[in-house]
Amino acid sequence: MKILVAVKRVIDYNVQIRIKEDGSGVVTDNVKMSTNPPDDNAIEEAVKIKEAGKATEVVAVTIGEEKAQETVRKALAVGADRGIHVKVDNSLEPLAVSKILEKIVDKEKPDLVFMGKQAIDDDCNQTGQMLSALLNWPQATFASKIEVKEKSLEVTREIDEGLETIEINVPAIVTCDLRLNEPRYASLPNIMKAKKKPIEEISAADLGVDTAPRVEQIKVEEPPKRKAGIKVANVAELVQKLKNEAKVI
Amino acid sequence: MAVLLIAEHNNKDLKAFTLNAATAASQMDEDVHAIIIGHNSGDASKKLSELPVIKKVISIDAPHYENFTAENFAPVITKVAENYSHIVCSANTFGKNLMPRIAAHLDSSQVSDIIKVISNDTFLRPIYAGNAFATVKTNDSKKCITIRPTSFDPCESSGGSAPIENAEAGEEFTNTKFIKREEVKSDRPELGTARIVVSGGRGMQSGDNFKLITEVADKLGAAIGASRAAVDAGYISNDHQVGQTGKVVVPDLYIAIGISGAIQHLAGMKESKIIVAINKDGEAPIFSVADYGLEADLFEAIPQFMEELNKLNTIQK
Repeated sequence: MKILVAVKRVIDYNVQIRIKEDGSGVVTDNVKMSTNPPDDNAIEEAVKIKEAGKATEVVAVTIGEEKAQETVRKALAVGADRGIHVKVDNSLEPLAVSKILEKIVDKEKPDLVFMGKQAIDDDCNQTGQMLSALLNWPQATFASKIEVKEKSLEVTREIDEGLETIEINVPAIVTCDLRLNEPRYASLPNIMKAKKKPIEEISAADLGVDTAPRVEQIKVEEPPKRKAGIKVANVAELVQKLKNEAKVI
Repeated sequence: MAVLLIAEHNNKDLKAFTLNAATAASQMDEDVHAIIIGHNSGDASKKLSELPVIKKVISIDAPHYENFTAENFAPVITKVAENYSHIVCSANTFGKNLMPRIAAHLDSSQVSDIIKVISNDTFLRPIYAGNAFATVKTNDSKKCITIRPTSFDPCESSGGSAPIENAEAGEEFTNTKFIKREEVKSDRPELGTARIVVSGGRGMQSGDNFKLITEVADKLGAAIGASRAAVDAGYISNDHQVGQTGKVVVPDLYIAIGISGAIQHLAGMKESKIIVAINKDGEAPIFSVADYGLEADLFEAIPQFMEELNKLNTIQK
């Protein structure tokens, strides 16, 4: 089986974001960026499947500006075989991303496409599902366990009520949850080796996909701040406050 | 054109958040129709028709809809959507799984997880784990919108009598097969809608120690939540996770015990009306959002908390 893994470069999850003064977006200049966390789980799972002898090749793809290539390089350092960088200058909506990925799937013909269930910047949670609709492939979203069978996957999904297990025939899309696995760190020798692995560069314009935005971002603003609370001295005071001041118990 | 609400249900009853989504839908246009897809779901269809905000119910019933597979749902909803300007459902795992599939079929750029309807094409939505709010305007003719259920009040659940129209089922998608669903049954209130939530984090140190959380929750008639760290560590199951990629809760009272307050956790609870934090690290970020902070060892504080609660004559449930 051949696995294509889509990875996105986002502001690092530990960074406290800042909003631009003109309300046009979030400050990304000179901010630490890294791979979207559940995308790391997606790469890890693909590499594990390959290591178990059940996949022949893992290809990492990203769509983004010049520096987005770092995320592909990181994927190569933890075990992906080669990379694809689709270059775009502006940030794209999930619909446009899934249309680009559809073109990459047409070209690469993978059996499986993995990606994180959600990007932690726009929090959209759409791309995997949209891609699987465009391809008319089965989808297993929010995967926390994957068992690879001959021509199918058995996937455990995290849903609001608990867990759901489905079987999907390949080719298929899986969006990965954070509990799917523990992503490995790249070792220094592997980081060096990854520098020699090939990354194919493609211009989004050459793919003939309409990526024009459909949703206008009118403004970005700070959420309302909570007013500062107090520290209580002991449990008795806490219960008294909850009962008599906040009146919630 | 009217708004099409996708009902979430279990073939018998409506899921609670369908009522919140109905409210959001009614703010986009007065003319709200609801589609319900399932198997032997007549009871749920009837309950849907009783929501006063719903003007018409479209019911589709077939064996392959029994388990709500998105691959089966999306094509029939896409077909019905021809007659609608908006398609709406909740941004919970049901809606998150389903709506983008419909949006792609309709070539529409979905707007996810809105918290406010500003006009019928402009919405407010949190991004970056709720650390920024974006006002967005969609220019697509078919608007696919998922709503954050806790940001909209549930609509009235009785008094309406919308007509129920049956529509034709679509073909079965055979490449996805449902195997099983393991639902965690509990007598406690549901996490998403509970008035009080008591949550534990990594500070609980073990799954066994979560019993302490359970005791407090039982005493207060509360739901039990957890941070991602606690779920990752295996202290408690995933359906309890509160946060950016877990559940968003807005209870009257949220008690965070042994939770440091990572950005991802705050995203799921910081809109709660009253927040209590109990943590032995006085510098923990959770204190920055807490109305009442108690810097204490939770293993001493929880038994004392129980003792104090036991002294009260009455506890609101």
